[in-house]
Amino acid sequence: MFKLDAVLKNETGLHARPASMFTKEASKYEADVKVIKEGKEYNAKSIMGILSMGAMKGDVITIVADGKNEKEAVEALKKLVDDNFGE
Amino acid sequence: MKGIGASPGIAIGRVLIKNEQKVEIVKKAIDNPQDEIKKLTEAREIAKQQVKKLHQLALKNMGEEEANIFEAHMMIIDDPEFFSQVEDKVSSDNVNVDWALKQVSDFFIDMFANMDNEYMRERAADIKDITGRIMKILLGIEITDFTNLEEEVIIVARDLTPSDTASMDKNKVIGFVTEIGGRTSHSAIMARTLEIPAVVGLDGILSQVKNGDSIVFDGDKGEVHVNPSQDIVDEAKATKEEYDKFQKMLRELVGKPSVSKDGVRVELAGNIGTPNDLEGVIRNDAEGIGLYRTEFLYMDREKLPTEDEQFEAYKAVLEGLNGKPVVIRTLDIGGDKKLSYMEMPEEMNPFLGYRAIRLCLDKVGIFKTQLRALFRASVHGNLRIMFPMISSIEELRKAKAIVEEVKDELRKEGIKYSDSVQIGMMIEIPATAILSDMFAKEVDFFSIGTNDLIQYTTAVDRMNQKISHLYNQFHPALLRLIKMTIENGHKEGIWVGMCGEVAGDPKLIPILLGFGLDEFSMSPISILKARHIIKNISKEEMKEHAQKVVMLPTAEDVKKYIDENIK
Repeated sequence: MFKLDAVLKNETGLHARPASMFTKEASKYEADVKVIKEGKEYNAKSIMGILSMGAMKGDVITIVADGKNEKEAVEALKKLVDDNFGE
Repeated sequence: MKGIGASPGIAIGRVLIKNEQKVEIVKKAIDNPQDEIKKLTEAREIAKQQVKKLHQLALKNMGEEEANIFEAHMMIIDDPEFFSQVEDKVSSDNVNVDWALKQVSDFFIDMFANMDNEYMRERAADIKDITGRIMKILLGIEITDFTNLEEEVIIVARDLTPSDTASMDKNKVIGFVTEIGGRTSHSAIMARTLEIPAVVGLDGILSQVKNGDSIVFDGDKGEVHVNPSQDIVDEAKATKEEYDKFQKMLRELVGKPSVSKDGVRVELAGNIGTPNDLEGVIRNDAEGIGLYRTEFLYMDREKLPTEDEQFEAYKAVLEGLNGKPVVIRTLDIGGDKKLSYMEMPEEMNPFLGYRAIRLCLDKVGIFKTQLRALFRASVHGNLRIMFPMISSIEELRKAKAIVEEVKDELRKEGIKYSDSVQIGMMIEIPATAILSDMFAKEVDFFSIGTNDLIQYTTAVDRMNQKISHLYNQFHPALLRLIKMTIENGHKEGIWVGMCGEVAGDPKLIPILLGFGLDEFSMSPISILKARHIIKNISKEEMKEHAQKVVMLPTAEDVKKYIDENIK
């Protein structure tokens, strides 16, 4: 298992376009990928899960992956967040 | 019967009722969960094929923006979390898959429908649309398919989903009537985009019709007749023929200049609220944009838009117009338009209060951010900037000084901007119309905003229903102020436009041409009709009429004069 914390700095948080980018990236990996916000777990490969998190600018999320290429998966997702989803 | 006219045109044809078969879902105990889960997997696969087809159709008929909805639908069909919840329910509770699907989708629909963000609430409709589709496939209910219709039909439905409207073949669906919805509901907007006549919000229509009934309706007035008498059909046919002929003639004006009979050329421009409205501007062959209301960039969100966000929006509009002039109005907020994230005190008279340029000159940071974004975008097209609600020369000078500061900053930072950005102001307060000879020396153009000019000239709050009869665009005082403003502008060699409702009023267009108005900006859908009117009148003749109307004492007299003397 590998995990990293990330802070959402983009304007819209994990709504709309960022959420679908995040889901698509997570789905590229075989590993089980989850996002934890305020103690609750959400499936990172599910657009509905990510959207229902309601994560906004300033929120801290933990990205956790377990399985094949877990480190790469977490790092790729963290990079997406750190780059503000290209905004 | 009468509903809400949602999309103009006359439709005469046969009813096709959208299958509204009640989906009965009963909880059942099942023996083999694996079989149920297999059914679900198959249904998802079928749904996927259907949505793929819809996506292609939408791309072809409506463009990328609308087609995006179906990409979202695709992601929902593929959603592992959502469907694993359904599968878990099936195997842990030993229930039928349709029941499990309903439980899970209701949970998500509720959750999204209750979020306070508009984007999220819209997602509830998507989940409903897509789970409804999968449910029908599971239960073997036929989904009314509008793609392979053999004859022309008028669709009658409770409501239409994005899937329904995307799959409509414009050559076969000649109109639709729905029980719910208003002028700005999804189906109404789609009907206007597709240019299909439509009536919405007609409660009870489904209980009045059956498949194959004949039906006639007017998408302008909202009047609907089921199994009408021959007289009504004949009358509708005649109206339709006239309407179609007129529309065809208007379409032929695309690409033609807006020139009067005696050779005077004017500019017919469009008013827009968001870059999404560009399509209508282009389709209706506007010669520019006369009013881009930037406040929508600031509304329905949680914080101020950044400079970059604004830059992207302005750039999109400027590039979309391909060098034609675009007048962008700086932030016009306050009054009846509030921002949820900005504290604004309750006011006794919001229309006479803290709004528009007054707010911008007070919160200079917000104003500067917008001006920076505007000037950065200026290299991508033909930008003109105007200030709303100017009431004194001092305000105008302050605003212009801030423009100079912003240009200085950009220059120092080495950021390019265009040197030919015209700076103008709105004339919407009588004080500025009266002083227009002075103002004209300090700006590049005027744009007359009639909605507020009427309100301030006649002292009528335009939101107050009780006195709405006093709000009248034919008021002679208004016409005198307009005439004076245009003349004073021309004396100083600047151009004068108009971006209020009056600019698109067929009765007043001839008078405005007579006054010498240079630019008329209106909702894009009115442009070709305005071009048709201009083509058929001569400015010299209208000048005489215009002289006469400003000498009439009442609005009623003005209206009567126009009705009797102009065509």
